[in-house]
Amino acid sequence: MPRSNRLEQTFAQLRAEKRPGLVTFTTAGDPDLPRSAEILKALDRAGADVLEIGVPFSDPLADGPVIQRATERALASGGSLRASLAMIATVRPQIKAPMVIFSYANPLLRMGLDAFARQAADAGVDGVLALDLPIEEANAFRETLAASGIDTIFLLSPTTTDARIQRAAELGSGFLYGISRLGVTGARAQVASGAEAMVRRIRAHTTMPIALGFGISSPEHVAEVCAYADAAVVGSALVSMIAEASAKPDLIDRVEGYVRWLKGAGQHAHA
Amino acid sequence: MTPITTRRDPDARGYFGEFGGRYVPETLVEPVEELERAYFAARDDAAFQAELDRLLKHYVGRPTPIFEAARLSAAAGGARIFLKREDLTHTGAHKINNAIGQALLAARMGKRRIVAETGAGQHGVATATACALLGLDCHVYMGAEDMDRQALNVVRMRLLGAEVLRVDAGSKTLKDAINEAMRDWVTNVADTYYLLGSVLGPHPYPLMVREFQSVIGREARGQILALAGTLPTAIVACVGGGSNAMGIFDAFIEDRDVRLIGVEAGGEQIIRGRHAARFAGGSAGVLQGTRTFVLQDDDGNIELTHSISAGLDYAAVGPEHAWLRAIGRSEYAHVNDDEALAAFQTLARLEGILPALESAHAIAYAMRLAKELGPSATVLVNLSGRGDKDVQTVEKTLAEK
Repeated sequence: MPRSNRLEQTFAQLRAEKRPGLVTFTTAGDPDLPRSAEILKALDRAGADVLEIGVPFSDPLADGPVIQRATERALASGGSLRASLAMIATVRPQIKAPMVIFSYANPLLRMGLDAFARQAADAGVDGVLALDLPIEEANAFRETLAASGIDTIFLLSPTTTDARIQRAAELGSGFLYGISRLGVTGARAQVASGAEAMVRRIRAHTTMPIALGFGISSPEHVAEVCAYADAAVVGSALVSMIAEASAKPDLIDRVEGYVRWLKGAGQHAHA
Repeated sequence: MTPITTRRDPDARGYFGEFGGRYVPETLVEPVEELERAYFAARDDAAFQAELDRLLKHYVGRPTPIFEAARLSAAAGGARIFLKREDLTHTGAHKINNAIGQALLAARMGKRRIVAETGAGQHGVATATACALLGLDCHVYMGAEDMDRQALNVVRMRLLGAEVLRVDAGSKTLKDAINEAMRDWVTNVADTYYLLGSVLGPHPYPLMVREFQSVIGREARGQILALAGTLPTAIVACVGGGSNAMGIFDAFIEDRDVRLIGVEAGGEQIIRGRHAARFAGGSAGVLQGTRTFVLQDDDGNIELTHSISAGLDYAAVGPEHAWLRAIGRSEYAHVNDDEALAAFQTLARLEGILPALESAHAIAYAMRLAKELGPSATVLVNLSGRGDKDVQTVEKTLAEK
């Protein structure tokens, strides 16, 4: 199957236009599947460059409280890997941005790698990031996805050695996801002090695009991070905003406005 | 020093057959590899082993005896039943063997902040004890439900100077405490050592915890030969994560005629969410760093579990158990809450021993097996812990009946 190349094209375009990239993270099925689909469309309309879609899992051990709660809401409303793929398939024709699945390993392995790769490709998924499948455990996973034209995205952390950065750059595709700080996911007041040095360390090994995440929550953070990285990932801050506004009738408009604000092109009315 | 006679290590990636491995978030890959290097260096260091042996002997109280439970055997009506008395260790359960070993390793690595999870509280108490002894800073995560049903151990940990952190997520039991301990570790990885309490988690934990617990089987093999003049027909141990079972099984792996039987928690009944018998209702999956048998639904979400004993109330089992079962070396059975409760009372009345509710599962199965095997057989049970912590649960459950 040919690769979609959406991720490659998106990052090439960001670089050509010297534009800061914005990657958004939302949990599939939060607050429920229909609104989760509308949220994805709103993120795309507002100009998010890559949409990361979190698959809810019962034991999200790398996530902080905000995404843990989102996961619980998603599971309670019928969220699952299958439901996530079905939702992506439905919205794919209406969305320009590449879509990346962000999951823990067990739901993917439970479905079976072959079945997952086939269904993800059919749904129009561009890349997959498995949180607890480090490079050493990801061989079969990566090869199976590649055969279906899907990118495997690896995470890099402040604790990752140079040798492993090199391997991730060789084996991964699409982009590299840099974790800016030690710890679980969650919004912070400031970008981690070591973030720039970390991106420079990755750059020494590869020309692959780098998105930097964990703790990014404002247009200022996005601008700061994109001075050295290709894109910034906003997860918990957006998920919090959705949680706070989920009872409001204009939730979808608020999400759209929030992303325009993050991109530095609009006012954000706090929920 | 204790000679290490068995070196049944997993492969270089931490696999026992198709089980094990290292399914951790990226931030933990290097810390886990650092731990592996430090552990292998310590294992080969005579001074480390000598210090461990000194503490096991003079502080933990090893060797623990083996006792022939004659009245229990008579009541069961068959094989001779012997008990390996891990309940007689300092702090009252086998957990101290591993806690002392890993706390020494943490100190050797220069990590002064210890995090741990606990289910029944025995590993938490053991860790708090080892930290007090070695002057380490101790933080124990414990599910809210377990804090209620094992309240005595919460008090013990606090008296020992540990901070006990309540976990309200998910099922509020051991699995959720492990998630929270791993979140702490990933955040504070530079100065923090994660002292995992069972043969679970990413490599090298399943190997390392087994090795620290294998002192149980090394002692027991010599003791049973001296006492009964023969190797046992079967060895029976309860299996939550499976550390006491791996600890006693390890020395007998090459004794092919000795049956190795793990006893899981049958809970109320083997129906979804009401038990913790992974080999009765589970399938291969990845949870908390390792590939093993897991209770999971069709979407790969981990199912809720239930057991009267907090220490067995967990959705996954150690990967080496999954492998030993796959190659036909070990077998697994399950015992339900009522049977375990009855065995608790039986052992108390016939032998004057209050077993932990976890260990009571092994006692219940051993009685069943002893009858089946007949008088020429011998059954060795690992009595993994004492039951003081369970007295309130037992009293309450009996009152409700």
